[in-house]
Amino acid sequence: MTGWALDLFQRDLKLSVRIGGSALVGVLFFLAVVTVIPFGVGPDLNLLARIGPAILWIGALLATLLGLDRVFQADREDGTLDLMLMAGRPLELVVLIKCLAHWVATGLPLVIAAPLLAIFLNLEPLAMGAVTLTLLAGTPALTLIGAIGASLTVSLRRGGLLLAVLVVPLAIPVLIFGVSAADAAIHDPVPFLTPFLILCALTLIAAVVGPVASAMALRFSAD
Amino acid sequence: MAFWDYANPTRFLRLVHVVLPWLTGLCVLAFAAGLYMSFFTAPEDYQQGDTVRIMYIHVPAAWLCMMCYTVMSISSIGTLVWKHPLADVSAKSAAPIGAAFTFMALVTGSLWGKPMWGTYWVWDARLTSVLVLLIMYLGLMTLWRTMEDPIKAGKAAAVLTLVGALNLPIIKFSVDWWNTLHQPASVVRMDGPTIHPDILWPLLVMAIAFTLLFFVLHLMAMRNEILRRRVRALRLRAASASHPGAAAATAQPAE
Repeated sequence: MTGWALDLFQRDLKLSVRIGGSALVGVLFFLAVVTVIPFGVGPDLNLLARIGPAILWIGALLATLLGLDRVFQADREDGTLDLMLMAGRPLELVVLIKCLAHWVATGLPLVIAAPLLAIFLNLEPLAMGAVTLTLLAGTPALTLIGAIGASLTVSLRRGGLLLAVLVVPLAIPVLIFGVSAADAAIHDPVPFLTPFLILCALTLIAAVVGPVASAMALRFSAD
Repeated sequence: MAFWDYANPTRFLRLVHVVLPWLTGLCVLAFAAGLYMSFFTAPEDYQQGDTVRIMYIHVPAAWLCMMCYTVMSISSIGTLVWKHPLADVSAKSAAPIGAAFTFMALVTGSLWGKPMWGTYWVWDARLTSVLVLLIMYLGLMTLWRTMEDPIKAGKAAAVLTLVGALNLPIIKFSVDWWNTLHQPASVVRMDGPTIHPDILWPLLVMAIAFTLLFFVLHLMAMRNEILRRRVRALRLRAASASHPGAAAATAQPAE
């Protein structure tokens, strides 16, 4: 990794961890969602164990959506984004690095918190490992797809809700294969590796499409 | 450059003026023939009875909601690659029409599903994909509405439309996978016996009628959108003329 990329990564990481503490808020929201669901579906531990992977995945999706509007907005407000646009660096790479930093600050804490929350949902150790592994492979895709929505709504004053509406349909495949892989590890006859490899493929596709589309949208929003 | 300096929209409006009456007439004729055929000459289904006639509305609407997204994707390429001034007008006016056809396909499908499947809604792969398509149409329309500057909104929506076009096959594939994983073969499939010509002909005529209806509505919506933008540009020009101090600031984003 070249010097400027490492600098950008460290700067973004520091900003998102220090100011506002977005990483912690995301995990708290994740905890809140997982806590609320047993009140809705009842405290039956067998049921919770069965739908546990789905609950964790939906919680992670919602927590990711919540943090997405800050990916570019803070930089736009203080003018940093304009400097990045004019700096002559490949904007796709800048977006990719910003997404990586955002994922380390908000996505990775969710993955780390998942095994702990899985205890509340009565998941077995195998299921716990499977969900954590699928979240590790899948949450980068959510961040990268979300970056497209974040850059499209960056110029809007209250784009957060619109961002969620735009991103959710695009995130459906990630959710399907994430939950399928976790379920496959527990009881389904499908081998774990089939949906898991497709999930990894989705993340790789998102790593190409996300930065390219996002950079295009950022260029249009600036001129 | 001012919007009214483009020769292209004016020429387009002249073309619409000539083509639209003929197209409307053809559309009315096709609908008259199609509706007559589907209500009077097409036979009842031996199992489904008269409810099979819902198909003559449902299937063309479902085809059209896909064609409409294709038109929007091509228009988006036109916006981003060739910067054609009419491409984003075309994409913007196609979105509500596509959403309406998608909604129509879902509603008629539900009404058909109640007597046939015993329920208004099943999480069948096809139904779910169409529902996702409807959400995408509505999201795109919202994006257009929330951005003030039509040029910027058009570019943003074009990016999202193309990302959606890339993603729609993936969504379709994953929903198919999800459906077979969770409820294998619990849904009645349409593709049992091959369709008899007595039913096929009314269906094809109705499909042509719906396609003509799409083009009529699309051309009308594009004409209205061009006129709406002209009104907007004229208003901005009038406002900047009455406040000379603010002229530079307001005239710039109007293009």
